[in-house]
Order: sequence, then C-alpha cells, then structure tokens
Amino acid sequence: MNKGPIFRFRLYIAGDTHNSAQANANLAALCRTYLPGRHKIDVVNVLQEPGRALAEGVFMTPTLVKLAPLPAQKIVGTLSQTQTVLQTLGLEAVTA
Amino acid sequence: MKSSNRLSANAARKAPTGIIGFDEISGGGLPRGRTTLLVGGPGSGKTIFALQFLVNGAEQQKEAGIFVAFEESPQRVIANHQSFGWDFKTLLRGKLSFVDAQPNPDLVQSGTFDLGGMLAALGAKVREMGARRIVFDALDIVLALLPDLAARRREIYRLHAWLLEQGLTAIITTKAGGEEAGSIGQQPFGFMQFMVDCVVMLNHRVAQGVSQRNLRVQKYRGSSFDENEAPFIISPAGFEVAIARTPRLTKVRASHERVTSGVKRLDTMLGGGYYRGAAVLITGLPGTAKTTMSGTFAEAACKRGERTLYVSFDSDSDEMIRNLASVGIRLDRHVKSGVLRLISARSITGSAESLLVRIKALAAEHKARCLVIDPVSALAKSGNELTAHGVAERLIDWSKANGITMICTSLLDSMSAQVSNVGESLHISTLADTWIHLNYLIQAGERNRGMSIIKSRGTSHSNQVRELILSDAGVTLADIYTAGGEVLMGTMRWEKERAERFASELSEVAAKLKQVTLDAEEAVLEVRAKSLQTELVAKRAEKTLLARSTVNRKGRLSRGNTRIRELRGADTVKRGRK
Repeated sequence: MNKGPIFRFRLYIAGDTHNSAQANANLAALCRTYLPGRHKIDVVNVLQEPGRALAEGVFMTPTLVKLAPLPAQKIVGTLSQTQTVLQTLGLEAVTA
Repeated sequence: MKSSNRLSANAARKAPTGIIGFDEISGGGLPRGRTTLLVGGPGSGKTIFALQFLVNGAEQQKEAGIFVAFEESPQRVIANHQSFGWDFKTLLRGKLSFVDAQPNPDLVQSGTFDLGGMLAALGAKVREMGARRIVFDALDIVLALLPDLAARRREIYRLHAWLLEQGLTAIITTKAGGEEAGSIGQQPFGFMQFMVDCVVMLNHRVAQGVSQRNLRVQKYRGSSFDENEAPFIISPAGFEVAIARTPRLTKVRASHERVTSGVKRLDTMLGGGYYRGAAVLITGLPGTAKTTMSGTFAEAACKRGERTLYVSFDSDSDEMIRNLASVGIRLDRHVKSGVLRLISARSITGSAESLLVRIKALAAEHKARCLVIDPVSALAKSGNELTAHGVAERLIDWSKANGITMICTSLLDSMSAQVSNVGESLHISTLADTWIHLNYLIQAGERNRGMSIIKSRGTSHSNQVRELILSDAGVTLADIYTAGGEVLMGTMRWEKERAERFASELSEVAAKLKQVTLDAEEAVLEVRAKSLQTELVAKRAEKTLLARSTVNRKGRLSRGNTRIRELRGADTVKRGRK
C-alpha cells in the first residue's frame, strides 16, 4: 500500500465557509483511505492571500490542485463525489 | 446653492457611460455604486457596451476599471475591440485591467463550489488599482457550472453583496436565449434582474434580412428613464444609441443665408434660394429629374467652393457623372479637385441606422457643407420600414445641427401616387423645410415634366407650376400656359408660344402700317395747312392793296376838286355854312 509516488496537493479555500470546510474534510478522508503516508497537503486561504488566488487563477473555491505526480490536475468543488475525484487523480486503478 | 447641490447629488448617483445616446436615455448613466444587468442574445453587443463603459470611465471620469472575462481570454477581448480606436496600451497602465476568469475546459468538478476565491482575488485587484468600475462579462458561463439553482442564487447574492460592499459600479452581462428579451424572466438567471438596480436589454432582430439592433432600459431603481426601445448601432467609434433629439440641437441658430438651387428661375420662385442649413425634399416619380435637380444643386455648391457629399443609392459614380454631363452638369472636375465626393451606396446594405452612421461619418470626414441623399427613400428599403422614419428624422436633425444644407430626393413607388401621399412612407415631408414636387403631365401624346413648390418654410414662394426643361445647356424652367383650365406643356406650349409670336408680329406690322397711314395723312394736312396759310397771306396782301387804292382815289378826288376851283378861281365853298 505504501508503494508509489507521493501525491502533493494544494487546496485553495475561502476561509471557513461551508464548502471549504467540507472540501478540507473530504480531502483528508480520501488521503487517509487511499494515500496513507504518501501525501502532502498545502492549504491556501484566498481570503488571507488574495494575491495568490489572482496570480494562480483560482476563482472558484474550493479548488484542489494536484501538483505531483504529473500531469497537474485541478478539481473544483467540495470533492463530495469521491468516485470522480479518484478517477481524476488516477487512483481508481490502485484501489481496484 | 440648493440646485447645484442637487445637481452634484445627481452626478454622484450616476456613473456616465460616455456612450452616445445612452446617458440621455438613462438620465446620466448607470447607477453609481450599484449593479447593472446587461442582458442580450449572442452578438447583441453586450461586451462592447461593457468594455466601452470601462474605457470611457477611465478616460473621461478617471475611474479605473476591471474587466472580468469569463468567456474569452483578455487577449482576444482586446484584439476584438482594437478597431474602435481605444488606447488599450495606455489604459492598461493602471487604468484598466483584465482578469482572465475563464473556467478551464479540462476542469473537473466534484461537488458544489463558490466564488469566494474570485471575490477575494478581485478584492485585492480593486485595492491595488483603486478601481471604481467593474464588468463581469458572461457571468452565466461560470454560473452554469453550479450544480443547482439554489447554488446559483447563493453565488449571485454573494457577488451582489460583495459589489455593494466594495461600492463598485458594476455591469454583469448574461446571455438571453431566444429573440424575446422578455423571456429572460423564465431563464435560470432571470431572478438576477430583481436583485440588481438597473436592467438593460439588448436585442438583435432580423427583419426581412436586415439586422436591427435595439436597446431598452427595463428597470432603473430610483430614477426616471426612457422606457422605449431605442435603436443602436455598433459604429467605428463603438456603441451608439440612436435617440431622436439631442439636447445640443436646441442651440442651433437658423441661418438667413440663402444658397442657390442651381436653377435660376427656381431661386426666384423661392424668393432667393434655399436657406443655408435647410432640409430640402424633392419628390417625384421615376425619371422626373430628381437626380438632375440634385445635381444642379451640387454643382452650384461646388462652384462656390463648398465641400459637398453626394450619396447615391441608385447609380455608380461614373454613371452619374456621365448622365449628368448630358444635361450640362459637369461634376467630374469637382470630383477631381476634391470638393465633391460621390458615394455610390448601392452596394451598402444594412439597417437604416447603420446607413445613417455611415453617412454621418462620411460627411464628417469630407467636412461637407452640402449634402445630397439620392434617394432618401432608400433608407426604408426592405426591413427598415419601421426605423426609417426615426432615421430620417435624425438625419435632418443632425444636418441642421451641423448647418449642412441637405437635399433629399424621394422616389414615389406607385405611378398613381398623388401629391397628398407623397413622402408619406418616411413622413419626411413634415420635417423638410422646402418640398419640391416633380411630376409628369401627359397631354397630346407627350409626357412633360412639371415642377411645383409644395412648401417652403420661411420663404415666399411661387404658387405656379413650371415646366422643367432639360437640355444640354442645363436645367431651365419655363412658364406654362393655361388655356381654358388646361395647362399646356411641351410641344403644345411651344405651339402656343409660336402662335403668340406670330400674333405679335402681325400686330406689329399692322401698327407699322397704321403709323405710315397716319404719317401720310399728317403730311397731307400739313400741306393743306401751308397752302391755306399762303392763301391767307395773299388775301391779306390783296386787302391791304385795296385799302391803299381807296385812299389814293379819295386823295386824287379832293386834289382834283381843288384844282378845278383854282382853275375856276372860285371861292371855297363852305359846306358847313350852307
């Protein structure tokens, strides 16, 4: 289970709104289940760092960016549809 | 003091768009610090309106603006609007800024999201630039990604609350499906119009193959506005809303200067010619010399050195020069010298509005003082019937405002059209200052042209119908003869003229004859008078002679008696003593 690359995520949230809190929780749960010990999550609060949101083109919150492994991917939303998220991250095959 | 306060209060409430016509309709612009919803179908001009609002705001009001592009990349937006001559290079240095908010096409979505990130980012941008205006172009694109109506509503409220908090004057554009602008109430984002302070609808209809653009202010909280649909066009200078009356028109001063019509006798009929800045309408059936009349005017204007624009919807420039040369109107040299500009607008199609804009632009470019539109009825060509009247009205208003003397010809479609419904299709006849009507008179197997002045404001004018004669020497007017209630023209007039000439020659001869006779009689009498005089002298002489001889005789007698007495030696007998 511990084999494979390390997943690096960046999660953009807008303060402690409902959507953001949900995304944070969903991501944490997903990583615990599918990527134990091989993930890194960097949370960016755009309310505190609006310049970054502008520079990095993040307009919809929450937005999850998978920085590694390549290709980089972007998922918008609360990450509530686990299946879609797994598919996008290429984790389905791992679990199968 | 009070009124100036109110004025500034009004200015404080409204943010001028600088869009021609729109600020008049809305009473000064968009609600300041509030949100305006701009709704329109594809290609209705939403982006142009919104961008022009920012550009004018930055250039004229010194208000920095942000353009949030959801649909197109900022580079494309800039490229698309390059032709309007807006100085993006300068503007982009802090006065205008674009934010690319296009959703990534590869974007994966899982669960709902909000626009908190965008608002936070924009908040940073607003603070950085000190922006006062903002445009969300095609907000519907991002709203469509939201999973349900409740989420969309929530995000719109979030956006609206943010805008109010920031105090930004905002435009949100969204698409309206279908041609009926009223149907947006049923659309997913329709409720937005209840939330915002101002709603402007743009529509783009095609009537008989001609595109017609209209703008309507549907709602404007706390302000009066013009509720009617107003036509607009996208001109080379951007968005332009057509409204019938511009306030500056009231400042126009009527000129007393006369300009010649190019036909001497017509000038006399008009009491000196057209007024400078007048709108002259020439109506008539096909072939009644409307173009020729316009041509004489244009030629006369060019001879005075006045720059003239001749817009023909009927024929090519070369054809026109050739045709008019056949009646002695030489336009070619004026075209060469640049005084006259001939525009053949035959190939130009488009709405009456766009034609008006083109004409205005051409006239401004040529610095025209005289303008000929031949025929103005072309404005009412297919699909333009509804708007043509308004356009004709604005054309006249505009030419007057600029002191341009304008000749419009108007074709009558039906040969049976009577004077009473001439020009009715455009209702231009009531607007024109001078209205000259040309018609045919068919008589004795001939068709002759007649000309009359139906009206001419502010000038005394002849009530007579004149015959219009075209020859290679130009256009002349001839008196027509009325005989027994019939007017005589053409050959009949000529015959009548000849008959009159004969009659006058005849009477001249008769008079000469009489003169001679009288001279003769006078001479005879003179001779007689002379001989009588001579006779009188003779008689007098005779009389004198007679008198003298009597005296002589008496003398001789008395002398004789004395002699006898002497001889007899007798006394003198004193008769008295006897």
